[in-house]
Amino acid sequence: MAKSLFQKVWDAHSVRKLANGQTQLLIGTHLIHEVTSPQAFGMLRDLGLKVAFPHRTFATVDHIVPTDQFVEPYADPLAQAMMDELRKNCADYGVTFFDRASGKQGIVHIVGPEQGITQPGTTIACGDSHTSTHGAFGAIAFGIGTSQVRDVLATQTMALGALKVRRIEVNGKLRAGVYAKDVILHIIRLTGVNGGTGFAYEYAGSTFDAFTMEERMTVCNMSIEGGARVGYVNPDETTFAYLNGRPYSPKGAEWDAAVARWKSYASDPGATYDDVIKIDAADIAPSVTWGINPGQGISITENIPSPETATSADDKAGIIEALEYMKLPAGKPIKGTKINVAFLGSCTNGRLSDFQEVAKYIKGRKVAPGVKAIAVPGSQIVGLQCEKLGLDKILVEAGFEWRAAGCSMCLAMNPDKLIGDQLCASSSNRNFKGRQGSTTGRTILMSPVMVAAAAVTGEVSDAREVFHVTNN
Amino acid sequence: MALAKITSVTGRAVNVPGNDIDTDRIIPARFMKCVTFDGLGEFLFFDVRKDTTTGENTNHPLNDPRFKGATILLSGANFGCGSSREHAPQAIAKYGFKAIIAENFAEIFFGNSTTLGMPCVTAAREDIAKIAAAIEANPQTEVTIDLEKLEVRFAGQSVKIAQRESARDALVNGRWDAIGELIDGLPDVKQTAAKLPYMAA
Ligand code: SF4
Repeated sequence: MAKSLFQKVWDAHSVRKLANGQTQLLIGTHLIHEVTSPQAFGMLRDLGLKVAFPHRTFATVDHIVPTDQFVEPYADPLAQAMMDELRKNCADYGVTFFDRASGKQGIVHIVGPEQGITQPGTTIACGDSHTSTHGAFGAIAFGIGTSQVRDVLATQTMALGALKVRRIEVNGKLRAGVYAKDVILHIIRLTGVNGGTGFAYEYAGSTFDAFTMEERMTVCNMSIEGGARVGYVNPDETTFAYLNGRPYSPKGAEWDAAVARWKSYASDPGATYDDVIKIDAADIAPSVTWGINPGQGISITENIPSPETATSADDKAGIIEALEYMKLPAGKPIKGTKINVAFLGSCTNGRLSDFQEVAKYIKGRKVAPGVKAIAVPGSQIVGLQCEKLGLDKILVEAGFEWRAAGCSMCLAMNPDKLIGDQLCASSSNRNFKGRQGSTTGRTILMSPVMVAAAAVTGEVSDAREVFHVTNN
Repeated sequence: MALAKITSVTGRAVNVPGNDIDTDRIIPARFMKCVTFDGLGEFLFFDVRKDTTTGENTNHPLNDPRFKGATILLSGANFGCGSSREHAPQAIAKYGFKAIIAENFAEIFFGNSTTLGMPCVTAAREDIAKIAAAIEANPQTEVTIDLEKLEVRFAGQSVKIAQRESARDALVNGRWDAIGELIDGLPDVKQTAAKLPYMAA
């Protein structure tokens, strides 16, 4: 019978059925970071348990690291305590830790792919909702809670009910100035923030076939923002080319065997899906959010919704709440909204290609007076790659601060925070109330090039006009 | 590990209305700088319970003395969306809540809560409104969530609730924390792993 990748990977990793009907699922690769793992190790100690497969767990530090302070102890003693705890846990249990000194530290969802740890046909779990990112490689990757982190540490498995599979096909060529970020913002706008509940998303179609791995990661990253537990793209030559030669990728004869195996996991033609959505790439425009969840998005040329245009009472209440928080005028263009901060980075858009694309357009331009602009590479390796290409210089000349790797202002658990009700043009993935470190701070999500356009004009702008974008 | 069989939860309730209450709202990220979950309860809904400029308490339902000591939380649709942080259900549980009734729940939040033995049950919006009206009229109203009959009883009324069967089964049979069963399966885990080349040491 024709099967989807999800079914094949699920079947290959199913250990047994549990009494409550869930499946005990083998988690091949476990990624951990400092925020959600210490409590899990604590539980492990309380129960007197060991890590079952320490060689399949990999750690990095990302959320709390300062991006402008390089020496420990950190100014924030709580951040230092989390750092120390992770270091100790990794040492005690024999887990590989990509500490800063390794030169491989970074946001967990950037480090995994970069090291070749993220591979097709595998299962991956991490105590972090954006674990869906790794699905770009044809892995089934789950964001999990801390008790499940404990379960995976202790048994390399977790208890899970099967998901339905929705195929989201995007076909055609994206218009000039439209990026992977716009594709996922468009999808979430269509399906709503909980439209994906109970589903794994299979992204497919000619648009995805043409995407680079970094573009695929940007889309898979935000699957969770549409409510889907996992999102994936079937592995293909682009995937294999990306993985070839990475530190943890198979080598020599093992490589050929791995590629053959990886291919076999791709969805069969004729596989059945619980749902199919088809989108025409030409319908997607540069998108921005106007509200307080990632589903509240519009194209840059549209007006901010007004309560009168609501489709239901819930929708109306949502619009009123969002506009009040965002302090945005109903029914007016979003274009022209003044910004205070521009943030380039995060596990959605903190990769080399993101900085390359921005540098291409921002070269010779200047950040508008009064705008604080920061660029934060997603990993030390991304940072180094950018520096080798001189991208950091271009950004600094334009007026961006060039920082060290970490999550930074995506959720502001480190010192990078909005102040008061500052409005931030952000390449990250969440615009929830208070997300960027100030309880009244405001976030508008957009692609990195749109962030650059907002930075140079000081207002939410159409990058196609600002930079005369004619093709991608 | 013998776990309690959770067949029902009885207590007073408090209504925190609204849809899409995300985990950032439930426990703001800055309170996640901790290496244990102890003490998280005091930061539950912190940013909506305190006025950020004056530091004064807002009129958030959790600040209302009439609902002090409530152990059942009522809310709207898509409760617990956003970040997967288990700090959110932990903060709710550490605050003293034993169960949540909402229109529906975000997936990861639901799973995390179940694993803590904190049932999340769903009810129709009108029915939640009925419970909310009863507790508003009399905050002392005793509310019982019955996971066997799948109903909530309060003030002489009862309304239907639903819960995913796997979660309900796990709660009423005392296997809501899977760790024991997962450990029992370790020999099978090793066999499954042996068939997957990438699992080799
Ligand atoms: S960059 Fe943001 S979304 Fe990604 S892991 Fe870090 S905090 Fe989470």
